[in-house]
Amino acid sequence: MSSPLDLADARPGPAFTVTLDDREIEALPGQTVAAALWAAGVTSWRTTRGAGRPRGVFCGIGVCFDCLVTVNDRPNQRACLVPLAPGDVIRTQEGTGHDD
Amino acid sequence: MTDRPHLAVIGAGPAGLAATLAAAARGLRVTLVDSAAEAGGQFYRQPAAELRARRPQALHHQWRVWERLRDDLRAHLRAGTVRHLTDHHVWLVERRPTDFVVHALLGPEQEDPATVRADAVLLATGGYEQVLPFPGWTLPGVVTAGGAQAMLKGTLVVPGRTAVVAGTGPLLLPVATGLAAAGVEVAALVESAGARAFARHLRPLVSQPGKLAEGALYAAQLARRRVRPLFRHTVVEAHGTERVEAVTVAALDAAGRVRPGTRRRIACDSLAVSHGMLAHTDLAESLGCRLDGHVVHVDDEQRTDVPRVWAAGEATGIGGSALALIEGRIAGSSAAARLTGTEPDRAEWDTSLKSRRRLREFAAALDAVYRPPAHWSEQVTDETLVCRCEEVTAGAVRAAVDDLGAGDPRTVKLLTRAGMGWCQGRICGPAVAGLAGCRPTPSRRPFARPVPLGVLAQEPDHPTEEGPS
Ligand SMILES: Cc1cc2nc3c(=O)[nH]c(=O)nc-3n(C[C@H](O)[C@H](O)[C@H](O)COP(=O)(O)OP(=O)(O)OC[C@H]3O[C@@H](n4cnc5c(N)ncnc54)[C@H](O)[C@@H]3O)c2cc1C
Ligand code: FES
Repeated sequence: MSSPLDLADARPGPAFTVTLDDREIEALPGQTVAAALWAAGVTSWRTTRGAGRPRGVFCGIGVCFDCLVTVNDRPNQRACLVPLAPGDVIRTQEGTGHDD
Repeated sequence: MTDRPHLAVIGAGPAGLAATLAAAARGLRVTLVDSAAEAGGQFYRQPAAELRARRPQALHHQWRVWERLRDDLRAHLRAGTVRHLTDHHVWLVERRPTDFVVHALLGPEQEDPATVRADAVLLATGGYEQVLPFPGWTLPGVVTAGGAQAMLKGTLVVPGRTAVVAGTGPLLLPVATGLAAAGVEVAALVESAGARAFARHLRPLVSQPGKLAEGALYAAQLARRRVRPLFRHTVVEAHGTERVEAVTVAALDAAGRVRPGTRRRIACDSLAVSHGMLAHTDLAESLGCRLDGHVVHVDDEQRTDVPRVWAAGEATGIGGSALALIEGRIAGSSAAARLTGTEPDRAEWDTSLKSRRRLREFAAALDAVYRPPAHWSEQVTDETLVCRCEEVTAGAVRAAVDDLGAGDPRTVKLLTRAGMGWCQGRICGPAVAGLAGCRPTPSRRPFARPVPLGVLAQEPDHPTEEGPS
């Protein structure tokens, strides 16, 4: 099966590890939080304030704020915009994120 | 520093790039300000440099045009005639008696402020996608078609293994083709427009054979992968609990209503959906520029009605990258001529105006063809969320209208909180208006981006950045 990395003939540097709620996931240099999570098969990383429903990427370009996540203890970061660095600690976010 | 006039161009997509190059070539100092890490905007979005893609053109159309823009930009950057500020999210352009101050927040976290002073500004802020609600549209795995494209082009990832691409508009074809090329099984391409609508607008459509050929190329690539578009069909529901697992699609009748007995379920783990594009007009609005409906009003030279403010590309009307390029070139040339007191080259100018007219006619024809189904709101159950941020249901919006007498989106907002959340109504605006049975009104947001209170409190008096030399 072809992958987007094959299609664009991408040769990124070595993968590094970040954590999502203590689970280790691999990320590639240049990937945003959302991209690394999608690549790991994760599509939701937040629950809404009211009904506690799961959410992830919707617009992909920073407009909708559905993809909010806590990165290195800072809540309400847009996963589709924030690039990852080795060792980053990602936490799924509940509600407003202010209890994190 | 020289005394050449300084133009700030906001947005480095096709329109902003073309404007920057045209203005710089004609003697202006230009600062190009964009929120992305690299130039290109939506159409020419590039994989992040660290991904070291050797064949980024595999995800692109018209790569040559991009290469030329990129090389010209680099030459100007080296010569010092253009400065490109990446990762700068502009939240306000302030108009002062003799100049403008562009206020931005830096980096993806958008907390540190920066300002740029300029003699004139050119808004090339592009647009974003419109998605009308349907049951299940808030499930993870349901993404905007352009969002799927942006994630693919920019970070080389896909939302799942099996996707349905649905809605209406010319963007669906490249998105379906791109996902399929990247290894996703495209289970269905669902387009609500029908052949009859195309037939009614044949003349302006066939006047752009290049564009039609582009569409045909995508269609052929999809056919090779056995993806046959379902015309006059719509998604009525996305199913799933933690993420989308299937969608129900149905045929539409001539009036745009779901045909009874035509529902069918298609298994998938992602749904890329789009019902057209909306212009980013916040910066123009806060500058006091007149809007025409939902787009920034411009004259023949792409000038807004505020002196020394130009606008180009999708901010002034949705029409694709070719139109954005030509509008950008016209705007940049006009700015250079007006600010340096020279005349634009007549022959070149006339050619540009002619191409713009043709491309606008083509865009208007596409716009007439690709309309969301007329009765889309009939599929929106009362339990369906309309405002994703504040979790306001269609039932609440309907109650505000039917029981409390709300007659416009603003009143609905005050009564239900629809549009008061993080995205400031950018996503739910058209749906709220549609359900309330009124025209959407410009929302008059004070700032184009959320601004930390600390930044507002300590706004510096003096610009932190000057233009290129
Ligand atoms: C998500 C998405 C994906 C798309 N993908 C395709 C595609 O694959 N093929 C296709 O034919 N068309 C695509 N389109 C349509 C596309 O928008 C146009 O064809 C074309 O890119 C318009 O050019 P533009 O220069 O007007 O705007 P854009 O290309 O949208 O460029 C606008 C630029 O302005 C910047 N910007 C906006 N607001 C601010 C701000 N406040 N501060 C700083 N910077 C700002 C943005 O980051 C962006 O770089 C897509 C649209 C969207 C929304
Ligand atoms: S997906 Fe919309 S802001 Fe990130």
